[in-house]
Amino acid sequence: MKEKGRRDFMGMALGGFTALGGLGALYAMKRSWDPLPSVKAAGFTTIDLSAAQENVLNVEKWRGKPIFVLKKSADMTQDERDIVIGSDRFHVSIGLCTHLGCIPAYLPDAKKFKCACHGGEFDTAGHQIFGPPPSPLEIPPFKIEGTTLVLGEEGPEFKKMKDAGLIV
Amino acid sequence: MAKFDEKARPFSEKWLDERLAVNTLKRVLSTEYWIPKDINFLWAMGMVLAATFGLLLISGIFLLMYYKPDVNMAFDSVNYTIMSEVGFGWLWRHIHGVAASVVFLIIYIHMFTGIYYGSYKKGRELIWISGMLLFVTFSAEAFSGYMLPWGQMSYWAGMVITNLFSGGSLEAYGLVEWIRGDYVPGDAFLTRFFMLHVLLLPLVIIGLIVLHFGTLRIPHVNNQEGAEIDFEEAAELYKAGKKKESKVIPFNPVFLSKDVFVMGVYFILFFYLVFYHFEFAMDPVNFDPADGLKTPPHIYPEWYFLWSYEILRPFPKDPGLIAFGIAQVALFMLPFIDRSPNVAPAHKRGLFFVWFWVFLIDMIVLTVLGKLPPEGIFNTLGAVAAVIFLLLGPALIVITKLEKKL
Ligand code: FES
Repeated sequence: MKEKGRRDFMGMALGGFTALGGLGALYAMKRSWDPLPSVKAAGFTTIDLSAAQENVLNVEKWRGKPIFVLKKSADMTQDERDIVIGSDRFHVSIGLCTHLGCIPAYLPDAKKFKCACHGGEFDTAGHQIFGPPPSPLEIPPFKIEGTTLVLGEEGPEFKKMKDAGLIV
Repeated sequence: MAKFDEKARPFSEKWLDERLAVNTLKRVLSTEYWIPKDINFLWAMGMVLAATFGLLLISGIFLLMYYKPDVNMAFDSVNYTIMSEVGFGWLWRHIHGVAASVVFLIIYIHMFTGIYYGSYKKGRELIWISGMLLFVTFSAEAFSGYMLPWGQMSYWAGMVITNLFSGGSLEAYGLVEWIRGDYVPGDAFLTRFFMLHVLLLPLVIIGLIVLHFGTLRIPHVNNQEGAEIDFEEAAELYKAGKKKESKVIPFNPVFLSKDVFVMGVYFILFFYLVFYHFEFAMDPVNFDPADGLKTPPHIYPEWYFLWSYEILRPFPKDPGLIAFGIAQVALFMLPFIDRSPNVAPAHKRGLFFVWFWVFLIDMIVLTVLGKLPPEGIFNTLGAVAAVIFLLLGPALIVITKLEKKL
């Protein structure tokens, strides 16, 4: 009886230590798989908006992703998701279809974005208007500094959009 | 300790047998591993698969010696170094590429043979399940390998597939970025998929192959009529010299000779493809280097994933993901949703026969549509085929419940 109690105790102690070690190892594995600090630090980009032309799509790069910058012409519908600088309105979004991540093409004549992968379409405010995309094109965190845009930092205009529930 | 023969010469058969039981092993694994006489060439697909896996392993080892898992070098190491500098590098690449594609054709034949003859039923459930595990691991292996040349299709397939993990609320946990190790597929992504492709997944596959063979040893292989054979009795007959009366033959050398013949035919076709039509396994888009700022106009996976890709496509994102998920695991359940007690070929099982062909044709339709651009009538057809696929499971339960005992 006594012998058995001792063996049980040893078994439990050993099991406990193994479990602890296992958890530690799992955590280490999870952390090893995380994005590197250098990858995270390189997450800022500035874009100068002063030279943009109306109805011409500019594609910039931020965190490896394409960023759509479209200066809106007067006949395009205004939207709360537009970024307003002075008298100009811009549509800025991450250029990846919210369905499965293809890059939609901009059709300047039809004034809409079309995703060739599964036929999704977005209007010039980034709202999905046709096909499988479940949500509007995403707006990257931005901060306005004069006529330049800093991506990767949340400025007051971005926070306002976020509070209004415009950022998904 | 066991008795050892003093006079046995080192490494002679006797000497080895005393230390490794080689004779027992030989008997259990080959000369007295009994195979029913009544099986056709479709049963040779297992060995064909094993041989193809061997080719993949060997050609892969040679590719591994020159491949560079780095986003700046990967494309050139494959398309320049291996293809034009390394002596016969092109041969390994073509063998590897063609085998990776053809292996899925054989796997599908192997699976549909099993379904047709009811080889997944009572007593053989684990054969089916271990086989499905192999199929899923092979899919992961194929996908991770597809990333490595780092061409346009590699990049965008990686982008699209990892985006699947942003479904529902998963995005909030940063799961996609965690899997990629970056905001987009990049260096971290390439190297971790390289590791998966050349080490972790092959290890798992080898383990699963052993398991799959193991699950086969006790319930024995099924036969064309689904007849229950008393293997011990039949084996006694065979060993007593009554080979005509016995219903079984030993795996080696008797059945193996059939396997080898089928493999011979297969390898003629295989090497025809390797030498004259390797391009069928290589997407032209993947000969453009990866570019994160330009999507190819139409992204589709390799042919063997098209059916499940097409199931994903007609639905909105989250339901699409669920349908896709169901399609991946539904086949695992086959032994349990087939409620009929009959182990018999499909043409003897009435409605099941119809079900089988609807299933097969639906898979082919999905595969064809997956490749066509997602426009107009194809969208509708795709949706119909996907819905049919999802209804096949419940239909099978009903059909097999109604089935009378043969
Ligand atoms: S990825 Fe754009 S519609 Fe599917």
